Amino acid sequence: MLAKTGPSLKRRRLLAGGAALGATILVRPAAAAPDELAAAVQAWTGGIKPTPGRVKFDIASLVDNGNAVPVTVSVDSAMTAADHVAAIAIFNERNPQRDVARFTLGARAGRARVSTRIRLATSQKLTAVAKMSDGSYWSDTVDVVVTLAACIEGES
Amino acid sequence: MARTLIKLPATARRGEVIEIRTLISHPMETGYRPGADGQVLPRNIIRRFTCRYNGETVFSAELFPAIAANPNLIFHTLATESGKLTFTWEGDNNFSQTESAEITVTG
Repeated sequence: MLAKTGPSLKRRRLLAGGAALGATILVRPAAAAPDELAAAVQAWTGGIKPTPGRVKFDIASLVDNGNAVPVTVSVDSAMTAADHVAAIAIFNERNPQRDVARFTLGARAGRARVSTRIRLATSQKLTAVAKMSDGSYWSDTVDVVVTLAACIEGES
Repeated sequence: MARTLIKLPATARRGEVIEIRTLISHPMETGYRPGADGQVLPRNIIRRFTCRYNGETVFSAELFPAIAANPNLIFHTLATESGKLTFTWEGDNNFSQTESAEITVTG
């Protein structure tokens, strides 16, 4: 009996160990990505964690084609000399680079709204951060699902 | 010279917020894509865009490979005085192009 339980226990332990190892390998990239996004945002803000709100990130939640995705970022601001949006930055979670674009505005912008078209490599989170003239940071984060990814196909 | 498309009103009232739409034809090669021969194509993007209103910078943008080909930027500015708006795109391989547009401000 003893001789029989010995190896089977070892095998069981080995199987359990293998399963745990597989789980950590699978989980790691998914867990690392949001940290990188937060790190990229804080590198731009100088360590300040932006407050959610005041920023509106307009993007289709289901993207058919990741090669050109229209986005609009608007910020709720009076846009006066004393109180205006100084800059807007867009970050992504799973493109090869975390940065998407950075815009510098000022009181002369009149309206804090910027539109462009971006590339998305896969389904991911996107964050838009606005820097106000008083030094505060505001943000909006959206989740998008991408069906056709950019950056995969070669030259056609 | 890359083709550009710039849209803004020809006339505006003083203090009015005007919308400016710009587009430039450019591949915005990311530097992550393989070409027909399997080699990764070198990066070739527009890195910087600046809009000046009578010489003063009113809007600028730093662009990264995640910007789609033929970068299109839509932004706003206050119509303060009649004059010239210049638009400059600068990027890899010494890419630099400047276009301008006139605006008449009334009132």
